[in-house]
Amino acid sequence: MASGIRDKVAILGMGCSKFGERWDREADDLMVEAFEEAIADAGIEKNQIEAAWLATAIEEQHVGKSGVPLAMALRLPLIPVTRVENYCASGTEAFRGAVYAVASGAADIALALGVEKLKDTGYGGLPQRSRGNLNTMWWANFSAPGSFAQLASAYRTKHAASRDDLKRAMAHISVKSHDNATRNSKAHLRSAITVDQVLGAPLVAEPLGLFDCCGVSDGSACAIVTTPEIARSLGKRDLITVKALQLSVSNGVEAQHNSWDGSYFATTRVASKRAYQEAGVKDPRTEIDLLEVHDCFSVTELVTMEDLHISAEGRAIHDVLDGFYDADGTIPCQIDGGLKCFGHPIGASGLRMIYELYLQMQGKAGPRQRKKEPTLGLTHNLGGFPHQNVCSISIIGRA
Amino acid sequence: MARGILGYGGYIPLRRLSRAAIAQANGWFNSALKSRAKGERAMANWDEDSVTMAVAAARDCLGERSRDEITALHFASTSFPFLDRLNAGIVAGALNLKSVVAAHDHAATQRAGTSALSLALEAAEAGPQLVIAADKRQTKAAGTLEMDVGDGAAALLVGSGDVVAELVGKATRTVDFVDHFRADGFAFDYPWEERWIRDEGYQKIVAETLGALVKQTGINAADVSAFCMPCTLPRVVGSLAKKTGLRDEAVQDNMNATCGETGAAHPLLMLARALERAKQGDLILVAGFGQGCDVLAFRATNRVADFKPKVGIAGHLARRREEKNYHRFLSFNELVTMERGMRSEVDKTTALSALYRKRDMLTGFIGGRCSICGTVQFPKSNICVNPNCNAAHTQEDQPFADLPGKIMSYTADELTYTPDPPACYGMIQFEVGGRIMMDFTDIDPKDLDVGRPMDMVFRVKERDPQRGFIRYFWKAAPAASGTSDSGG
Repeated sequence: MASGIRDKVAILGMGCSKFGERWDREADDLMVEAFEEAIADAGIEKNQIEAAWLATAIEEQHVGKSGVPLAMALRLPLIPVTRVENYCASGTEAFRGAVYAVASGAADIALALGVEKLKDTGYGGLPQRSRGNLNTMWWANFSAPGSFAQLASAYRTKHAASRDDLKRAMAHISVKSHDNATRNSKAHLRSAITVDQVLGAPLVAEPLGLFDCCGVSDGSACAIVTTPEIARSLGKRDLITVKALQLSVSNGVEAQHNSWDGSYFATTRVASKRAYQEAGVKDPRTEIDLLEVHDCFSVTELVTMEDLHISAEGRAIHDVLDGFYDADGTIPCQIDGGLKCFGHPIGASGLRMIYELYLQMQGKAGPRQRKKEPTLGLTHNLGGFPHQNVCSISIIGRA
Repeated sequence: MARGILGYGGYIPLRRLSRAAIAQANGWFNSALKSRAKGERAMANWDEDSVTMAVAAARDCLGERSRDEITALHFASTSFPFLDRLNAGIVAGALNLKSVVAAHDHAATQRAGTSALSLALEAAEAGPQLVIAADKRQTKAAGTLEMDVGDGAAALLVGSGDVVAELVGKATRTVDFVDHFRADGFAFDYPWEERWIRDEGYQKIVAETLGALVKQTGINAADVSAFCMPCTLPRVVGSLAKKTGLRDEAVQDNMNATCGETGAAHPLLMLARALERAKQGDLILVAGFGQGCDVLAFRATNRVADFKPKVGIAGHLARRREEKNYHRFLSFNELVTMERGMRSEVDKTTALSALYRKRDMLTGFIGGRCSICGTVQFPKSNICVNPNCNAAHTQEDQPFADLPGKIMSYTADELTYTPDPPACYGMIQFEVGGRIMMDFTDIDPKDLDVGRPMDMVFRVKERDPQRGFIRYFWKAAPAASGTSDSGG
């Protein structure tokens, strides 16, 4: 196996805009907001950046195609800029591009920036767009909540869980993330909610109710990366480095072959195992101390706890209800509010997850800071649908 | 060799709109409706039209029989979805008939079904001819036609040889008698006075044609065991029977109480129903009326008891779901402007070149079967999806339309736009292998369950309001027979 990315690249600086309904901001305003924080944090000049990656998923809704929107917004000095898209995992794709550029020696300092300006559609939820000439002629007329909702019926069938137990665990997940977001001034949804509110909310797609679904937000997040040597030469101490970057993409087995039972993410299981190997993690349940996962829906977060090999198969409901993933639990999950409440500006989300780990590891997370600073964190950035998706895992930690 | 009917079948949509619900909604406007508020009429789902119902009726008729011998397809309707695109061609594609089949649309009269049957019988020596009639007529709110009409289809396979009913004879008359009309560009019928239609139309034109048939075949009218003739006017058929010398008992129920009159399909639907009950030697007359008249006489053979349609007319009449929501009927038939929301505004242009390239997949529902490992998969692809095989260029055609499948996972989606929320869909897993995340139809969300057996049905996938094009694809509907497994 390849030697992997472990400790070859350090994070030099990060930034994140406020997420939410940014009615008064254009996409380029959001990009600048995230970038200014990151470059100040990095302590470098813009012309030291040698390559950049831009992540947007629904670009036809805001900036349009190509790397040009990023180069224009930041007035980058004619450097290479690549625009990437990989469903909702686009943000981590930008990060991968920048990290690999540095690791390869192609660039000393590289930028990854994700942005999405979704709140110009005229309606709530994700924009509805063509899925391609042929796909639209035969794919089910499914929405994001409707495709993820099916995890629930399959999971219940496999583990003989009652609808009530599953709904309660899902409600606990949403209540926890709302509570966490009350301590995050950049979060989109900052009000606490109760289990009864979750259970009593109108259904969006059986069994997902309104509070089982994450917000759709405007926002941007960015990272500036370099080698550990350059970071130290720039005066950085206590470096935070990339331990693993893994991506797994469905090849049609889940959607077309009867070996998948619909209750889990085949890609997440593979990508997380590879990531642990790359990072040298033997037992994630005892070694990982902070999680940011792709909680687009409460049930996604629930099954992901098993797919990351942290909760045993069929045990996620119990771990969740026992508070294992709460802010004061053993491994907090979504301590910043997650997609659920920090918000989900698609292209930015993967970078926002890394941003939270980066803040927590430096003790800079404000009112939501873990007492004992985490040293090894994992982000899980998922795109697509349970039966057809891309899963990006990153592990970062103290060098 | 005997010419006649080799097989028959039909299709009646699951939903039956209660006439009491129509009267309740419209009685304030047309008080005459109250006296007719009895029984129910078949109501097509939003994703059904004459084409989809024709496919369903043909599948009911053909069952497992090989379709390769069919030499011609005759499709009769007064509500074809396309004015210039061979509607029979869509049906032929969905039935996977061979491309050498001749296909004809027979339109523009309520007797299009009987005329198509008559033509097909004349060509019977050339090989089996599939005759399908289907109608989904648009009617104005609060009119009597809205009560009388039902949506449905019938199919007959005619030819020579081992027929279940032999053609005894037929007679026809063409007279430009305009009891009603529907002009180009108009959605609705314009009718004339019923008493005139009864006295000058039925009592003269049909009586004359019937008389000619009796004379020319030499049959004894009193020997006729079933007289299949649609007519919504009271007492007309009985009086015609009496005049011709037919027995009262021969007059067949026109299914007004259970289905309503299915336009061009109705004579054939009544004929199919009579055939279901026929015994060897029974003499059956079927008549179609519309700018003239067709009458055909058949005698059931010793094979009549051997043939069974898949569900049949009696089966379809029994499979029903009462619909009391008249407003849903208005909405499905676009008689009311619903606020569909912005999610419905996605551009629905169909790439016709892609549709053509993938016609076997999209219309014929043909998937693949790996000739190395045997894995059944949809869609058919270059490389086998079985992770332990992945063989390249090994897939043979695998038809999916008749494969038994079950729900693996499901949801009822309130967010995505559909004319009939919630949108129910999920993963269907086929017993022989293969699975598809597909739309469900004709299902009550309460009946969604892992393990529920589902049948594949050909339906409207999308209507393009900007261009009028209709996309068809296959959906999963609760199995006609069989109940839900425990599943979990």
